[in-house]
Amino acid sequence: MGRTLSEKVWDEHVVRSNEGEPDLLYIDLHLIHEVTSPQAFDGLRLAGRTVRRPDLTLATEDHNVPTIDWDKPIADPVSKTQVDTLRRNTEEFGVRLHPLGDIEQGIVHIIGPQLGLTQPGMTIVCGDSHTSTHGAFGAIAFGIGTSEVEHVLATQTLMQAKPKTMSVTINGSLPPGVTAKDMVLTLIAHTGTGGGQGYIVEYRGQAIEELSMEGRMTVCNMSIEWGAKAGLIAPDQTTFDYIEGRPEAPKGADWDAAVAHWKSLVTDDDAVFDEEIVLDASEMTPFVTWGTNPGQGVPLGGAVPFPEQFEDDQDRIAAENALRYMGLEAGTPMREVKVDTVFIGSCTNGRIEDLRLAAEILEGHKVDPNTRLLVVPGSVRVRLQAQEEGLDVIFKEAGAEWRGAGCSMCLGMNPDTLEPGERSASTSNRNFEGRQGKGGRTHLVSVPVAAATAIRGTLSSPADLEPALTSTGS
Amino acid sequence: MDKFTTHTGVGVPLRRSNVDTDQIIPAVYLKRVTRAGFEDGLFAAWRNDPTFVLNNEAYAAGSVLVAGPDFGTGSSREHAVWALQNYGFKAVISPRFGDIFRGNSGKAGLVAAQVDEKVVQRLWDHLEEHPGATVTVDLESRTVRAGEGVDAIEDSFDIDDYTRWRLLEGLDDIGITLGNEADISSYEQTRPRWKPATIHAS
Repeated sequence: MGRTLSEKVWDEHVVRSNEGEPDLLYIDLHLIHEVTSPQAFDGLRLAGRTVRRPDLTLATEDHNVPTIDWDKPIADPVSKTQVDTLRRNTEEFGVRLHPLGDIEQGIVHIIGPQLGLTQPGMTIVCGDSHTSTHGAFGAIAFGIGTSEVEHVLATQTLMQAKPKTMSVTINGSLPPGVTAKDMVLTLIAHTGTGGGQGYIVEYRGQAIEELSMEGRMTVCNMSIEWGAKAGLIAPDQTTFDYIEGRPEAPKGADWDAAVAHWKSLVTDDDAVFDEEIVLDASEMTPFVTWGTNPGQGVPLGGAVPFPEQFEDDQDRIAAENALRYMGLEAGTPMREVKVDTVFIGSCTNGRIEDLRLAAEILEGHKVDPNTRLLVVPGSVRVRLQAQEEGLDVIFKEAGAEWRGAGCSMCLGMNPDTLEPGERSASTSNRNFEGRQGKGGRTHLVSVPVAAATAIRGTLSSPADLEPALTSTGS
Repeated sequence: MDKFTTHTGVGVPLRRSNVDTDQIIPAVYLKRVTRAGFEDGLFAAWRNDPTFVLNNEAYAAGSVLVAGPDFGTGSSREHAVWALQNYGFKAVISPRFGDIFRGNSGKAGLVAAQVDEKVVQRLWDHLEEHPGATVTVDLESRTVRAGEGVDAIEDSFDIDDYTRWRLLEGLDDIGITLGNEADISSYEQTRPRWKPATIHAS
């Protein structure tokens, strides 16, 4: 019997396999940031251990860092200590670090692909659940806890029980204006937050093949939001074209050898998945969340649901709690929900294509006077690219705040947070209670919905906009 | 890591599903660089609510948390496990756990016991009827027990064999893996040369 893509990649990394034990898997790339690593380095020091492969390890500062005044010392002393600790640890253990102020600094899941370090067929881990992003390249990539970070630092391996396999086939083509984000939010509403639990998921089908690498990253990024261990997509010409020429991509004969191998990384025709889901992209529409987990979503054209619609007791109670927290009344059309802050950024939607799309919609418009728009590029390189293309001018003319690179308001570990009761439309990945600031209320949306919402002040799609004003040439 | 065989302690009924790790400990509490002292961030938002279960005297000293399905979804922060442990929890019972949370629990020595949803319902009812009642989590026999007589609750729980063995023995994963260092070295000899590196010999 044939093997699935994920089984092929898994098998290539098994260092040791014994009945009744998890497999010992080799890790090709270990990404590190300031929040989940200090205790791991401490553990190494206590045990007198070293980092086995600093050359397969990369660190950056992203979760805590400010997105304004990044050339000044970090104002929050506790954040500063954590960042300083990473700097000391990477120095002591010989790990490459891209600190705040460095041209390669940015969200860890943006800089891996950008540097060309993320490649097909790899195993990639990071102490961050959105590591699943890298699966877009046909890699097995997943988030780990700090004990596992320490394990990888010390051994370059992880003990892992082999997950089951699932395919998510998305047939047809996405309608115009509907994005990868809408696709994955639709999927999560279909499966619930636990639907992928215990599986490595392969996304396939025409709609997936038609996505750019950046769109594929958006889909794989949110694999964890429906509980999957990891999500991946078979590498193809789109993948190879994205990687070729990047700083850490193979060169010359190595490139040819790598591509030859990468082309073998597809699910065999006779392989069998443990579970299969099939969706039709052509029926998808802009999709937004109304609740406090990413599975609580509806089409933008829909309404806040009535809790009594849910047959399952737990779902009903969860919906009641969510509506109370979100300050929403059942039956309210989503388009009537007024938004205070719009956040465009994060490892889900903070790449250059996202910013181009946002700028295209915002050009010639003004942000609603009662709404604040924050545009936070995922990396310094994305920021510079956007500035080269003049996107920053469009954002600023529209009345948006154009910021520096980092995780920012996705989780509000830096000063970019919502006030209690404040409502956001956010291109990030989690609408959990308090995620963007204590008492903050988050609606997850795509980039076009975010941009249109900023202009209208209520949840909107670009189709709802009046024609753009002609530029005054000021 | 301390060995875990069986634990009996006050059961805390947390009648909620989808308790993500941002609820267990919000991001603002993750800035410490130690493994201790995270108990103040545990369920931080909910603890402001006087009706929250841990604010009830009878449950305040709880050590066995009984939660609804999809406990520990979301972020990979092991701080969620540490916060529960720092507070005094030894075990969490739920019908379904987030994958990373369950993995982190096993590494840090917190027992994540997966039971049938009906068992959670019965435990909730029992613990609410008898505030301060205890629950036993017996890792050796993989059973959870509570109550006495005709209303006694006893059922099995799921935990993978390997994690159970490591918890029973109190073993450190890294030590075990380094015992197979030769396997790692020989694997490294087989890696293709075109695999990327972050540091290049100058």
